[in-house]
Amino acid sequence: MSAGEAHKPPPYYAVWVGLLVLTIAEFFYAFVSTIPKVWIVIGLMAMAFLKALMVAVYYMHLKWEPKRLWLLAAAPIPLVMILIFVVLNEIF
Amino acid sequence: MTTQAMTAGRVPMPGMKVYNLKLGMWVFLLSEVMFFTGLIGSYIILRFAHPEHFANPGEVLNVNLTAINTFLLICSSVTMVKAYAAIQQGDQQGLKKWLLFTILMGASFVGVQVYEYIQLVGEGFVPMAELYAAGEAHGELIGGPLYGATFYTMTGFHGTHVSIGVGCLCFTYWRAAKGEYTADSLGGVEIMGLYWHFVDLVWIILFTIVYLI
Repeated sequence: MSAGEAHKPPPYYAVWVGLLVLTIAEFFYAFVSTIPKVWIVIGLMAMAFLKALMVAVYYMHLKWEPKRLWLLAAAPIPLVMILIFVVLNEIF
Repeated sequence: MTTQAMTAGRVPMPGMKVYNLKLGMWVFLLSEVMFFTGLIGSYIILRFAHPEHFANPGEVLNVNLTAINTFLLICSSVTMVKAYAAIQQGDQQGLKKWLLFTILMGASFVGVQVYEYIQLVGEGFVPMAELYAAGEAHGELIGGPLYGATFYTMTGFHGTHVSIGVGCLCFTYWRAAKGEYTADSLGGVEIMGLYWHFVDLVWIILFTIVYLI
């Protein structure tokens, strides 16, 4: 965020509550025995990525950064996807 | 250093519209993304390829304790942004107060992690694969050799990052105590915040993959 740039105060406490709620939800969801393991993994990863996105967007202030920094921040995502898919390819 | 000299480095570059110090921190953090992805990728492939060497996390790890630790780190993220918000308003006391809370929670996180390691090693979950190979000579070991090695590598590297962060936070606090940050010169606090939130972000992913899945 550029210093001195005026914008609405970020919802820091709301994000904090959201992170806590998602963490508690993850904690209990992980040990539900009636749901197939694959759905547990998908649900947990979805919640984890949502939490990570909240931290990056609001706490790291990406929301108020120039679009070029968004592009820079997104740069490793394709590389991460390649790595993950290659790894998964090794397994299956 | 004069305020003019300190703010000089914060002039946005024409191409990126972001000042150099922050751009440098972002590039560093992106390299860290790849570093941790490599570690997590190794864990995933080893866990799926050799399930016999991995126990279920809930059977070996103290998930309740780590959930509390996760809570601490999330709270430290909000205190860090509050420190940044305070100095944006020129509130020196607020900056020091929130930085101190962040330091305390960061240090507590490391302390709990050390306690967890001591407990786990005591129960026979060790990081060295050769100890598992040696078998009975080292008592009854749990978890599995690959599990021990990958768990301690991932959480250990993260803990090291948190420890370095706590050290840097102390330095930031020391500078804040000397009154070196103002509403016009807060680059150091912002850069520190970026690093600290990244450490939190990585833990969010690690906690899910290592402790819950």
